[in-house]
Amino acid sequence: MSKRLQGIITPIIAVLLGIIVGTIIMLVSGYNPISAYNALWNGAFGEVYYFGEVVRQVTPYILAGLAVAFAFRVGLFNIGVEGQFIVGWLAAVWVGTSFDLPKIIHLPLAIIAATVAGALWAYIPGLLKARLRVHEVIVTIMLNYTALHVSNYLIKNVLTNHKDRTGMIKESASLRSDWLQSITDYSRLHWGIIIAVICCFIMWFLLERTTKGFELRAVGFNQDAAQYAGMNVNRTIILSMVISGAFAGLAGAMDGLGTFGYVTVKSGFTGVGFDGIAIALLGGNTALGVFFSAILFGALKVGALNMPLEAGVPNELVDIIIALIVFFVASSYIIRVVLNRFGKKDVK
Amino acid sequence: MKKRKIGLALSLVLAAGTILGACGKSDDNKGNDTAKNGDKKAAFSVAMVTDVGGVDDKSFNQSAWEGLQKFGQDNGMKKGVGGYTYLQSKSDSDYSTNLNTLARQKFDLVFGIGFMMQGAVDEIAKQQKDKHFAIVDSEVKEPNVASILFKEQEASFLVGVAAAMTTKSNKIGFIGGVESEVIERFESGFRAGVQAANPKATVDVQYAGAFDKAELGQSIASKMYSSGVDVIFAAAGATGNGMFKEANDRKAKNPNATVWTIGVDRDQSDMGKDVVLTSAVKRVDVAVQDIATKAKEGNFPGGKVTLYGLAEDGVAAAPINSSVANKADIEKAIKDWTDKIKSGAVKVPGTLKELKTFKAK
Amino acid sequence: MDYVIEMLNIRKEFGNFVANDNITLQVKKGEIHALLGENGAGKSTLMNVLFGLYQPEAGEIRVKGQPVKITDPNVANDLGIGMVHQHFMLVDVFSVTENIILGKEITKGGRIDIKKAEEEVRRISEQYGLAVDPQAKISDISVGMQQRVEILKTLYRGAEILIFDEPTAVLTPQEITELIQIMKTLIKEGKSIILITHKLKEIMEVADRCTVIRKGKGIGTVNVSETNPNELARMMVGHDVVFKVEKKPAEPKQDVLEINDLVVKDSRGLTAVNGLNLSVRAGEIVGIAGVDGNGQSELIEAITGLRKAESGSVKVNGKELINHKPRKIMESGVGHIPQDRHKHGLVLNFPIGENMVLENYYQKPYSKNGILNFKEIYNQARRLISEFDVRTPSEYVLARALSGGNQQKAIIGREVDRNPDLLIAAQPTRGLDVGAIEFIHRRLIEQRDHGKAVLLVSFELDEIMSVSDRIAVIYEGRIVAVVDPKETDEQELGLLMAGSSRKEAGTNV
Repeated sequence: MSKRLQGIITPIIAVLLGIIVGTIIMLVSGYNPISAYNALWNGAFGEVYYFGEVVRQVTPYILAGLAVAFAFRVGLFNIGVEGQFIVGWLAAVWVGTSFDLPKIIHLPLAIIAATVAGALWAYIPGLLKARLRVHEVIVTIMLNYTALHVSNYLIKNVLTNHKDRTGMIKESASLRSDWLQSITDYSRLHWGIIIAVICCFIMWFLLERTTKGFELRAVGFNQDAAQYAGMNVNRTIILSMVISGAFAGLAGAMDGLGTFGYVTVKSGFTGVGFDGIAIALLGGNTALGVFFSAILFGALKVGALNMPLEAGVPNELVDIIIALIVFFVASSYIIRVVLNRFGKKDVK
Repeated sequence: MKKRKIGLALSLVLAAGTILGACGKSDDNKGNDTAKNGDKKAAFSVAMVTDVGGVDDKSFNQSAWEGLQKFGQDNGMKKGVGGYTYLQSKSDSDYSTNLNTLARQKFDLVFGIGFMMQGAVDEIAKQQKDKHFAIVDSEVKEPNVASILFKEQEASFLVGVAAAMTTKSNKIGFIGGVESEVIERFESGFRAGVQAANPKATVDVQYAGAFDKAELGQSIASKMYSSGVDVIFAAAGATGNGMFKEANDRKAKNPNATVWTIGVDRDQSDMGKDVVLTSAVKRVDVAVQDIATKAKEGNFPGGKVTLYGLAEDGVAAAPINSSVANKADIEKAIKDWTDKIKSGAVKVPGTLKELKTFKAK
Repeated sequence: MDYVIEMLNIRKEFGNFVANDNITLQVKKGEIHALLGENGAGKSTLMNVLFGLYQPEAGEIRVKGQPVKITDPNVANDLGIGMVHQHFMLVDVFSVTENIILGKEITKGGRIDIKKAEEEVRRISEQYGLAVDPQAKISDISVGMQQRVEILKTLYRGAEILIFDEPTAVLTPQEITELIQIMKTLIKEGKSIILITHKLKEIMEVADRCTVIRKGKGIGTVNVSETNPNELARMMVGHDVVFKVEKKPAEPKQDVLEINDLVVKDSRGLTAVNGLNLSVRAGEIVGIAGVDGNGQSELIEAITGLRKAESGSVKVNGKELINHKPRKIMESGVGHIPQDRHKHGLVLNFPIGENMVLENYYQKPYSKNGILNFKEIYNQARRLISEFDVRTPSEYVLARALSGGNQQKAIIGREVDRNPDLLIAAQPTRGLDVGAIEFIHRRLIEQRDHGKAVLLVSFELDEIMSVSDRIAVIYEGRIVAVVDPKETDEQELGLLMAGSSRKEAGTNV
């Protein structure tokens, strides 16, 4: 019981620590922390437009966080969420631009295409890990670059004729809603948030309530015992990567079909997949935790854009403050691990 | 136990502090708002959004900001809301939010710097029909958007001529950022210039795939120099900074080494006085000032593409490095070609397709 | 008096749980003082209090008569208290010397003076009769040697009082003999020793006095010379303990397990099981006796499908099962109590209840249409917990929170409840206390009496001798002899285990 409480309190303290140190840094460098944090708050929740943008940002964050968390629960470190995100984005836009179908078919088809693309992209490291024991971290990092450059190539040479971005997806594949935009004063808020919330529930249900989830968790905690108990460890590893990749691909669909409606040639990573790692850590790799930490990260990311303008805090300092929060979050995870170690001894 | 209690107390205090702080702040804000509104009636205000390269990329975004600053100072404006300012984007998804933020802060004109912002500008222009936007390096067909395009190929052509006349090995390098329409204009113009001035010289073309990876730029430059290339032109944003570093390193090790670089977007001679031959200057600053001035005077070229070429002083070749032996010859050649291009006698190719059929003279 | 360590009325609580309830422990200078108790009695907690890892809620600690406050292990070190942990804290890739000096390096001009350190290590090891190669890497030396390194670590830090936490649990019989010798040398050199154990034999052999604790309470301190194992066991468990296993004669029936010409390689690719033949009949317990590393683990892993066999045949109830998937083998009627309960037997981070269905979670009624039925799972868990006397606060507690004995009971409950025709028990009583051992032996015999085949692997000859109906001796991957426990003795088994052929044997093969 107290463990649960601890699980809730530690990330909150981490965030507060980040804010305190950020305050000190701002004071030392001669900026007004109160107006800076005020600008942060206003930039995230000050107007309904910004609130819409926060929710918009939270949507792919939830899914990316779920992707990392899901693999983590099975003992795998999926650094490749970024790559799976990119291929998902590409696949969604591809389907979204190339077909003319009724919405009831087109939109699900585009979403499924993204999910499958992400899942397939994650299947590769899963397979290599299961069959050849190649470490998934290395493979997924390499596949991130592969995804980036392959998708750039496809955008330039297949989806378009040497253009830097594709056309808009058809209305029938769009997650956007005039109504959502109108109530949030033209923010890019779209229906994807509902998908993301459903996915939180799916992750929880899958892991905690299903037979497969039992296997996934068992493999995550103790592969040897899982094998001893007759579970197929290799298949479980592949399955977990595929599901993780599916979440990541779905996150890509959120940007492809909702936020942007197109895909551009990218000069670098989007960062969503990497932010997903921090989100999963802060959320303790649980569905509910990911949901809340995605909200925090989304608010920080969108709100921070307002800090230079409203409070005159330079971008670099904003980056430092955000990084500090992430740092304390990461160390809170370490602290929690340490506490658990002691907790273990306690009971003995 | 004790520690936990202290932690809890601490967090409560902090939470209270945050809430109180928030209350205090909202008052400040109201003050600001009225001030803002007061200023607004009289003054013209203008802002820009950088792409992911950031405002100090020593290249494109920086040049735009320099232009905006100059415009602001010339017109006695203050930095900040109600005057002139910029917002920096950290990822593609920030463009829209930043543009929107500035539009909401009632700036009269908001620049989107870079072709990557095209989608975002297009979308927001449709939503905020009463606001003016400008996009650099891309075209947005909306009545409230001014599109700024450059004839990069013309500046590239001139520095290509300079490169062709400087090289001893007849091997010249070109480093592109990401393959795109803009960089293609750089590449085709440059290759046309080299071809025109020295048909024997070959151009090794490499793309880094990124505008923000200096280390990648350095390794490409290193390979090029090692293979005998002695002049490299980088049209790659901050990636090109790696080329300057490599050239400076080589020069420091061996002062007699012939390693030349050609900068891009602004006169980058500050990146290494011994190694920068010239730069294909793209006067984003001129364009930004021009459009801002027009907007201020009520002549905002909305819905139109404004092209900046040699004739409009929108592009140029920067002064040739004084330590080049045949500096005078090069300058003369550049002058001749400039006249031909301005008069329309020579049409510099803007795509690789046009380059194939390009014949100098 | 001349006490080096006095722990007076120590009380330590974890939440509502009282781990140490006014325990007093007084250690004289130059004695080996045993601390005896069942798993979970509070021995480790008491020693962790002494070593500064825990702070007691009440009580006083005196070192050489002076009241002290031991706030962390460094303070304990400074007071001359050293701990030889059960699970070694060594860096595998470092040398013996590097491990010993780690944290207290001899430096010269900022660099480690490894020569001088090696000399020092050599000097200490000679003084106390602890022969080790200072330059050897930890990963290359045996477990017994690693333990010596742990002892040297404490001596190097100037320990006067050494705490040994279950030191023999990981050792071979020869290594145990050597360790006892080492402990006696240490005493001769003026050190004092606290020996945490639940093995009565060791206490009788080496200790001077013994303090017994039970369920967190101090039961008393006795002079070992004035007591006997039965009295100690009674103090520890709280009731009389039967050392001899009572059982009816076996009534073996048909063959359940038949192994023919089985060849299995170990993880390094060397042949570990080399053409092994063995059969186990319904209604009998076959014990496999042998020195560790003669192919026992590989044999069991091959039977249960955890390791690929090269060739041969493994039949259960006449069905060929070699190289089948573990689940298939399990469903064919094989139960397995694994040797390493933490590695294989349990998912420690799962609640004990979920561990109870680790092998049949996918079957009805625990799972229906791919969805788990937690009500049924925890009903089953509660049933097994009460039936097999698993002591746990609740079925929702993580498995790792249980003591070793209770973890083992849970595993046995799970395996026995599946009612397998063949039950394989690999070292089922390793590291357990007398009460738990007795319980487990009784359960194994019960299975036999229900007409099941039981295959028991153990390194404890006592156990093999008393529980088995037949003993198969394994040596270098083969069964070299099958003997009747009533017609043999430890000496003969020892010789067979060491590879000498049994000239007059052949009786029961």
